[in-house]
Amino acid sequence: MFLTIVVLLPVLVAVVLLASPRLPGPVASWAWVGASAVDLTLIAWMWWRFDAGPAIDFDVKIRWIPTVDASYHVGVDGLSLPLLAMTGVLFLACAIWSLREQDRPRTYAALFLFLQTACLGTFAALDLILFFVFFDLTIVGMYFVIAGWGHGNARRSALKFFLYTFVGSLALLVGFIALFLGGERRTFDMVALAADPPLADSPLAGGLTLLAIGIGLAVKTPLFPFHTWLPDAHTDAPAAGSAILAGVLLKLGTYGFVRIAMPILPQAWQQWAMVIVIVGVISVVWGALVALAQTDVKRMIAYTSVNHMGYVLLGLGAAGLVADADGQARTVATVGALFQMVSHGLLTGALFLLTGVLWSRGRSYAFADWGGLARPAPVFAACLGVAAFGSLGLPGLSAFVAEFQIFTGALQGAPIATIVAVSGILVTAGLFLLALQRLLTGELQTPSALTAEPMRDMNGRELISVVPLLAMSLLLGLAPRWLLDVLEPAAVAVVELVSR
Amino acid sequence: MTEVLPADGVFGLSWLLVAVPAISAVVLLVGGRRTDRWGHLLGTAAPAFAFVLGVVLFVALLGRGEQERRVGQQLWTWFEVGGLRADFGLLLDPLSALFVLLITGVGSLIHVYSIGYMAHDARRRRFFGYLNLFIAAMLMLVLADNYLALFLGWEGVGLASYLLIGFWQHKNSAAVAAKKAFVVNRVGDMGMVLAIMLMFATFGSVTFEGVAAGIEDASGATQTALGLLLLLGACGKSAQVPLQSWLLDAMEGPTPVSALIHAATMVTAGVYLVVRSGFVYETTEVASTAVVLVGLVTLVVGAIIGCAKDDIKKVLAGSTMSQIGYMMLAAGLGPAGYAFAIFHLITHGFFKANLFLGAGSVMHSMHDDVDMRVYGGLSRLMPVTFVTFAMGYLAIIGFPGFAGFWSKDKVIEAAFADNIWIGIATILAAGVTAFYMTRLMLMTFLGDKRWKSDVHPHESPATMTIPLVVLAVASVLGGVLILGGWIGHFLEPSVGPEEHHDLPIPVLALTAIVTLTVAVGVFIAWRTYGTKEVPVTAPRGSVLTRAARADLYGDALNEAVLMRPGQWTTRWLVWFDNRGLDGGVNGLAALIGGTSGQVRRAQTGYVRSYALAMLGGALLVVVSLLAVTLA
Repeated sequence: MFLTIVVLLPVLVAVVLLASPRLPGPVASWAWVGASAVDLTLIAWMWWRFDAGPAIDFDVKIRWIPTVDASYHVGVDGLSLPLLAMTGVLFLACAIWSLREQDRPRTYAALFLFLQTACLGTFAALDLILFFVFFDLTIVGMYFVIAGWGHGNARRSALKFFLYTFVGSLALLVGFIALFLGGERRTFDMVALAADPPLADSPLAGGLTLLAIGIGLAVKTPLFPFHTWLPDAHTDAPAAGSAILAGVLLKLGTYGFVRIAMPILPQAWQQWAMVIVIVGVISVVWGALVALAQTDVKRMIAYTSVNHMGYVLLGLGAAGLVADADGQARTVATVGALFQMVSHGLLTGALFLLTGVLWSRGRSYAFADWGGLARPAPVFAACLGVAAFGSLGLPGLSAFVAEFQIFTGALQGAPIATIVAVSGILVTAGLFLLALQRLLTGELQTPSALTAEPMRDMNGRELISVVPLLAMSLLLGLAPRWLLDVLEPAAVAVVELVSR
Repeated sequence: MTEVLPADGVFGLSWLLVAVPAISAVVLLVGGRRTDRWGHLLGTAAPAFAFVLGVVLFVALLGRGEQERRVGQQLWTWFEVGGLRADFGLLLDPLSALFVLLITGVGSLIHVYSIGYMAHDARRRRFFGYLNLFIAAMLMLVLADNYLALFLGWEGVGLASYLLIGFWQHKNSAAVAAKKAFVVNRVGDMGMVLAIMLMFATFGSVTFEGVAAGIEDASGATQTALGLLLLLGACGKSAQVPLQSWLLDAMEGPTPVSALIHAATMVTAGVYLVVRSGFVYETTEVASTAVVLVGLVTLVVGAIIGCAKDDIKKVLAGSTMSQIGYMMLAAGLGPAGYAFAIFHLITHGFFKANLFLGAGSVMHSMHDDVDMRVYGGLSRLMPVTFVTFAMGYLAIIGFPGFAGFWSKDKVIEAAFADNIWIGIATILAAGVTAFYMTRLMLMTFLGDKRWKSDVHPHESPATMTIPLVVLAVASVLGGVLILGGWIGHFLEPSVGPEEHHDLPIPVLALTAIVTLTVAVGVFIAWRTYGTKEVPVTAPRGSVLTRAARADLYGDALNEAVLMRPGQWTTRWLVWFDNRGLDGGVNGLAALIGGTSGQVRRAQTGYVRSYALAMLGGALLVVVSLLAVTLA
């Protein structure tokens, strides 16, 4: 039941918040921080107790819809634990970030707590229907965050986000039903399906099912060419919303590939591995080049997510190239992809929170409005610099470890694709350094809205929410073993499942 | 190569070489304003400590037998996944020990110099933090026992270089130059990353030992690819053609940075990489020839650029490219050249740091003006700077007896023994070096004063002149390293025994030819700049002069070949992303909206129209049933 408490605790607090309309705003905000902190502590305890190995821990299975064998089945293994932990960390960071929220703070806190439960639930789910329900609830939660607390063209962007990802999730549902119908034993249980893969003797049906699931997850991830909802949603979302959207929600897509597509459709995954690799590489190059040309810092960071998620797909696709690469290389690629999910959550979460500093000071993300900020805001400059260099893959920070493993693992099976993807590190370096140059150096320039007052550097609240993310990225970059030790057995298990 | 022994006794302290400057950097950068008062002192003490420790370790190394001079220390495992393993391991051997002494020795002097040079900068403490970060990363680079840890240092020095080139962040040109340096280096990094990945894929190891053990049995294609990829990395860091264009712009950084990073240490990392990877290049004729060619082209290009610049720092930067070209060439010659490459690298570290710091001293008294055309006649006003600069000058042109004479001569000898035409090119470039350096001397220190009346040149403070004196002494005496062939012998455990070469003509005759060529270069410069008035505005110049002023169109080439097509591609992609993909999605949404609007009209509410629709539907079902049954 422990895991269930972890998953449901935030939403319970949310209910309490909603049920007490007289609650002052600051109390609600602190309640959010408290709930997230307690939840993170519980996750940390789970990590402490977790026995690194391929087995599923903390699992609970309660019958739910017996006629289709859907159940409330949750559990934790090396795939989900790091993502649960990252979710807990990011939500706590966002809670601290939002302590001074003036606009309906009680509802805002309740909404994020609801979103946290939905995200944790998706990572913990071991049943396709349960996964789908949580997966869709995240869309609902994020829709309200963007529509209610966004800026600019918030309603339009929120609606676009909702419709696009919701249609994607319908494709996902079609795929899940196909898995249900295709199996020997009619069930939605992921563990049972992985043990006895459905549609094994029908390459066409398997391929179509993978296509449906793949499109559903590709929209969420997002991968080329399904990524265009992302920049709009990010630009108009509040900083904390963007951090969660990029840091956690995108991972639901990539996590779905590792958790569902790879173990349950191994033949199809092998058969279409090269296509997956190519989609990944196109996302890498496309995301980087389009990001390079953006004139708005938040849109730019949004496009780099397409680039970074492309690396994940490259690694996962390479894990399916059974004929061309040995098991060790495929394991390295898979571990790299999993590591990249955590690393991207920390770094991009930090980057989006940092863009929130710009918005709160000057109501603008446009490069043209800002300049020379290093002088009045050195701490902001330092944080942005660390996050940017981390994101462009400087050794010593987490993204390098992830990308290096992905490349090394993928080189054997897909050499040309890997070499093309390596060029991504050149373009991302260019775009991040260009952003740093535009924002931080040269003559001091701030949007006209701000000229009355001097640019303020980051305050304590902002620092406490951003710095731990960067510190964790640094720790993972220099001593990543504590995470790798958890990831590796799970990755080995996935690779074995795929190579059946 | 000899066996690596575990670090015992004093060698157990090797990790402090990296750790102490790193911790100092963290204290200075995170500590904030609280450390302003004593930051520069801590910042100077850290490399000084590393130097003292380096000397102790060096002496301890000398005290050991030749077969025991490679000492390894394992710190911790960086990552280990499915056979992919990388350690933070240190390797102290003759090669890295020499680098440690150069980096910490010259580094400490430049820290001392910076106390005075940056005294009036409000952000001096931060400057020292960045310098310490550089020292730590550079020591990591040369002390790593595997390519991945080396790459950590490699990127670390790149980061420090980026931060320091752009140190004066209010200057847009500095910010652009910093970005350019990092991005151009990234091209080289791609080569490095691919090389390291290829090592993992082929040998299952990235340690120097592991790769050296397996390289003989690898396929020819792998050997060549590894050599060329590593060379690409080396070209980036060492500003060799075709990745040379960033170095001249990098002169935007404060002058101590130019001296330490962009002359004495970081830019020589490419040479270190090639020498360290000698076992790769010895197996592949193609890659080692490529190294020689890169070195040859760069040493000529750098010398030509140096002749045409009026900016004192850019002359020295062109010269740095050219001198590193000599080292690269020697390193490409294999066992015949390794020791000479390193020898020239060390003497160059002395005299080029000396020259840059001298130039900084001049700029310091000239209101940071870098244009040599408004200098002139400074020798009387800045005697210490002039005399120490002159020592560096004599060393770089190869005046007999000075450090550069010995080391450059050795490189030319080795080149001559390899190929007579390469040898001739190196001799001619030595003459060109003499020309541009003499030009610089004459325009800066001699002749009539050409500066404006509001400039009052004066000698620099002691914190700046003492390092100059020390480096000047090293520029004079650096040649002692070759006495009795010491350096070649000392480096043997790291790079293997020196190969002796046969020259077509006696060594003394070759030395005489080189010295004569140098004298001709000096004479031409003296005729042009010493006997005539130097115009304050630069004359138009010949086609070659104008080309050299434009860095031989390196930037124009990059722009035409890479940047323009890149911009077009991104613009097209952005257009397609907005109009094609997103437009398609929005169009689909509009289409659905429009269609549902049309369909809505069918919901008229009249029973008769519904009945008609039902009849039509029923007919359709009947017809299709019939069609299926009859078919």
